[in-house]
Amino acid sequence: MFRVTTHSPEETERVGAVLAQALELGDVVAVRGELGTGKTVLIRGACEALGVRGRVTSPTFTIGHRYAADPDVAHLDLYRFESLSPAEWADIEPLFDGTVAFVEWPDVGEAFLPTPCAVVTLRHVDRETREIELARADARFYRALTTVADEASSDT
Amino acid sequence: MSELILGLETSCDETAAALITADGAVLSNVISSQADLHARFGGVVPEVASRRHLELVEPVVSEALVEAEATLSDVAKIGVTQGPGLVGALLVGLSYAKGLSWAAQIPLAPVDHLHGHVASLFLGDDALEPPFLCLLASGGHTLVLVVNDHAGFEVVGGTRDDAAGEAFDKGARLLGLGYPGGPALDRLARTGDPSTHTFPIARVDGLDFSFSGVKTALLYAVRELDETALAERRADLAASYELAIVDALLQRIEQAAEHTHMDTIAVVGGVAANSAFRARLATLGARVAPLPLCTDNGAMIASAARYAPNVSKAGYLAVDAYSSR
Repeated sequence: MFRVTTHSPEETERVGAVLAQALELGDVVAVRGELGTGKTVLIRGACEALGVRGRVTSPTFTIGHRYAADPDVAHLDLYRFESLSPAEWADIEPLFDGTVAFVEWPDVGEAFLPTPCAVVTLRHVDRETREIELARADARFYRALTTVADEASSDT
Repeated sequence: MSELILGLETSCDETAAALITADGAVLSNVISSQADLHARFGGVVPEVASRRHLELVEPVVSEALVEAEATLSDVAKIGVTQGPGLVGALLVGLSYAKGLSWAAQIPLAPVDHLHGHVASLFLGDDALEPPFLCLLASGGHTLVLVVNDHAGFEVVGGTRDDAAGEAFDKGARLLGLGYPGGPALDRLARTGDPSTHTFPIARVDGLDFSFSGVKTALLYAVRELDETALAERRADLAASYELAIVDALLQRIEQAAEHTHMDTIAVVGGVAANSAFRARLATLGARVAPLPLCTDNGAMIASAARYAPNVSKAGYLAVDAYSSR
């Protein structure tokens, strides 16, 4: 387990960007957290670092976006699902094909989703401050994130 | 007399079909969630899957024909949503339309969903003529568009994070109104005082929007209250939150009109159904899509098809759904 505290959306984006450096084709990152914790912000940071040029917006209604990059990045959001049925899984499964994938609100999809290479959980501390926790992740992510933690602590 | 246009829409949650005349009069406009077709054909558990479209697409098209007192031989063109949306869902409508079109020898025109929303303004007796500036605000999209002709548009601004409709729906959930709660928030806000809370809307560059901050501000306002206090202030919070979003939309659209030198402002999409927003738009002299045409529907797709080129039969196989523009 690893925790880092961010003090602005920009810092949360930066955590996403650092995570992205350790990502490889086929990776799935689960991104958990209540409304307004910055899940989309963190994923935007990661997408930009992965070379996504278009706008990274919330896929709550559209359920899944696929952004062109190298490799392509999938951005999913299971917020609107009460549970994931096999038919629903069949609809979103192609988004995991040939991509690095980020999944917001992943919990309802646990039975179907590929095993994530990292589970990121964001929590409210106060209006600006978020605690970001990394769990169940490969060692490559911890190495990358230690860098952010060092930078963050040197700021304060 | 075969001169009607059939429009078919399956890009998101709604399975919808409609028939319009060649000059844009709506003869029928069937939307699965409003037509009680769920009870007859759908499952009990709401499912966000293309399988649901598959179950509903045939009954919805049939119902649209019946309500229009028409048969397939009256249809001169089939318009269908090609994207953006969830590819599996889009493919249900697209494949159905291709099959129907092939079998019944009716020309096929694939249509962009966002163009469909704009084209909701081209329907009826009082159709709007381009050029105009158009705000498209729904659950999935918030875009500022310059519409110079019937066949397309140019994007000049958009949201950087959440769509306006999403901000309404998530705000409703934060207030305990369920999800999706846009309409519930609208009703509750009418009984509240919008001046009690200030929800700052982030100012972003250009003609863009950002709605993720205002959602977080509401969350913190709700968190500060215990259950009794929240119950007392829920309507005020709803009204204040709604005002913040409506103000942000209006401010931006007016700036955009100035910036693009457009005299006519029009608003389409699900958020255009919000009553406070509609009232403010009326005082501004803006055109707003008729209520039944705000949320996803087949009539807007048929309307867009009027201005979209037909695909030759040889080209059918090459017509594929797209997830984003």
